[in-house]
Amino acid sequence: MSKVIYLDNNATTAVAPEVLEVMLPYYREFYGNPSSMHTFGGQLAHAVENARARVAELFHVRENEILFTSGGTESDNAAIRGVLEAFPEKRHIITTRVEHPAILSPCRHLEHQGYRVTYLPVDAQGRLELEMLREAIKPDTALVSIMYANNETGTIFPVRKIGEIVKEKGCVFHCDAVQAAGKLDLDMQTLAADLVSISGHKLHAPKGVGALFIRRGTRFVPFIMGGHQENGRRGGTENVACQVGLGRACELAMSDCKTETVRMAALRDRLEQGILERIPEIRVNGDVEHRLPATMNISFTYIEGEAILLKLNEYGICASSGSACTSGSLEPSHVLRAMGVPFTDIHGSIRFSFSRYNTQEEVDRVLEVLPPIIAELRDMSPFWNQRKKTGGPDG
Amino acid sequence: MWDYSDKVKEHFLHPHNVGEIANPDAIGEAGSLVCGDALRITLKVEPDTEKILDAKFLTFGCGSAIASSSIMTDMIMGKTLTEAARITNRDIAKNLGGLPQEKMHCSVMGMEALEAAIANYRGQALPSAGGAIGIVGEDGGDLVCKCFGVTDRKIERAIRENNLSTVDEVTNYTKAGGACGSCHGEIEKILRRVGKEISPPPAGAEKKPLTNLERMKLVQETLDREVRPELRKDGGDLELVDIDGKVVKVRLLGMCAGCQVAGFTLKDLVGGKLREFVEPDIVVEDIKP
Repeated sequence: MSKVIYLDNNATTAVAPEVLEVMLPYYREFYGNPSSMHTFGGQLAHAVENARARVAELFHVRENEILFTSGGTESDNAAIRGVLEAFPEKRHIITTRVEHPAILSPCRHLEHQGYRVTYLPVDAQGRLELEMLREAIKPDTALVSIMYANNETGTIFPVRKIGEIVKEKGCVFHCDAVQAAGKLDLDMQTLAADLVSISGHKLHAPKGVGALFIRRGTRFVPFIMGGHQENGRRGGTENVACQVGLGRACELAMSDCKTETVRMAALRDRLEQGILERIPEIRVNGDVEHRLPATMNISFTYIEGEAILLKLNEYGICASSGSACTSGSLEPSHVLRAMGVPFTDIHGSIRFSFSRYNTQEEVDRVLEVLPPIIAELRDMSPFWNQRKKTGGPDG
Repeated sequence: MWDYSDKVKEHFLHPHNVGEIANPDAIGEAGSLVCGDALRITLKVEPDTEKILDAKFLTFGCGSAIASSSIMTDMIMGKTLTEAARITNRDIAKNLGGLPQEKMHCSVMGMEALEAAIANYRGQALPSAGGAIGIVGEDGGDLVCKCFGVTDRKIERAIRENNLSTVDEVTNYTKAGGACGSCHGEIEKILRRVGKEISPPPAGAEKKPLTNLERMKLVQETLDREVRPELRKDGGDLELVDIDGKVVKVRLLGMCAGCQVAGFTLKDLVGGKLREFVEPDIVVEDIKP
């Protein structure tokens, strides 16, 4: 296989060399436990607190408002459970149909336990109708959980306006910012969220570490109980090396977020424009006006996504698809279904997502190999052949 | 990522017999657009011997769907229609060096398109395939899975031919139940119905009928061992109220009482365990609190 061209950065990213470098001493030498009553272990508490300060800077908040977790999924679960337990009399949750499974699965589980969950719909571009949110909030609504940006389409929700609406109604607002962290502004002085989830491995820190911002004064019951770590809000010996890594990754993101996102957006646009020019009958999914700089989701009508991915894989090109055949459950993308994307276009959808390490050469290579792959698969497709016979626009 | 065999990869990357025969003697189609799979094969058949002289396919689908189509057309080349009709989805999967469980439906689609083509040649109506592309549920059966348009006939057949015993397996072979999941109860019913026909208890394994006392003891043990710990995990529990012949009356407690899936819990978990460990014809009744 040729050199890997990694365009699946919404799935996970490479650990930055700068991040790995600061982590290694905590595996090699400083393996102590920060809670220990000896210098060898105890000194690590400084490393953890220093990392926490770096994460806090990303959010423009105080260190004691940052909780380290095992990743985005735990942060999301902890936010939901932690708030619901703190408001036992409230039995209603509001979220959207396009959230990550880390939100949707716990919500479905809670429905079985007697909670009511409102799943707000989205339009064809994946946008929310804010008036519907306002109407959905009831006196017993405990929590509104809405993502910052969608992992599949990159569509950005107006979280500042959402925050205003939720706070106006006196509810708790949790925001899953896993895809936004490192790419969009997370200034909690302007974003009225009470809890915000981020995940390390989406911003060049390792897998297995994440953070949850909990605004001072927010009622929260610990999700994972154990020792007194994290101010008694999450038990478990600190994952020191990974937390140090997350701190460094946040620092990196802060230092060049603006220039890097401009560069990634340029690469993304080059790929998207190139595909639109070279390949007929495609559609771009999501809200192109309000979209993550590094995400594009595109449907190649009449062919199936897994087949495209397997062909790209032969060239070392990594992407992902919303097709049913690429999910373990044979279930096509719930995000594209919520947007009303036709079934064929869901099956033929491909997501390319960028990071700071992608280059123009890589984009040009994809533009070179993708059109013949699409043409070959379409020549094999009965629908494409039918379309040609009935006189499609490019047939 | 799917664990595809080398043979699957080879047939996907370099498929054989792609295309459409002009003026074919037979056309067969299976799958549909909404399923995310569709296959059309065209055949050239020698009239005297009914030998397949040429076969070509067009497929909309994933890697294993394309590979299944490719190897199926290879397998039937040179065979008579009667010989080709004996090919099952398991033969297709076997020749590919196996398919992931979740992808077995791709081999089923290959078999259905082949059957449709043979029926088409002989001037019969399509007996079982999903029908022409874009049309589903046309085999005269009742639609069970509305998401993928799968009928009870197709599900029954997949169960019989592949000896399936769980809903997951049915989904893997037919796609039924793979999207919204609302037909899982219906698939369970079909499984139980067909299961009785295909796997009668092995000879000599017939147990002596239980006495009332034995049955009561066994029910109680099974509930305590297999059922109640499961319910307690979700904050619920259950109480055995009475046993009347083969009718077991229970009351759901805690979180289980008033739970939206209580009916499912009773029928599938409680009933399933009692039928497995006590007697196959135990009936469970819910006594409302």
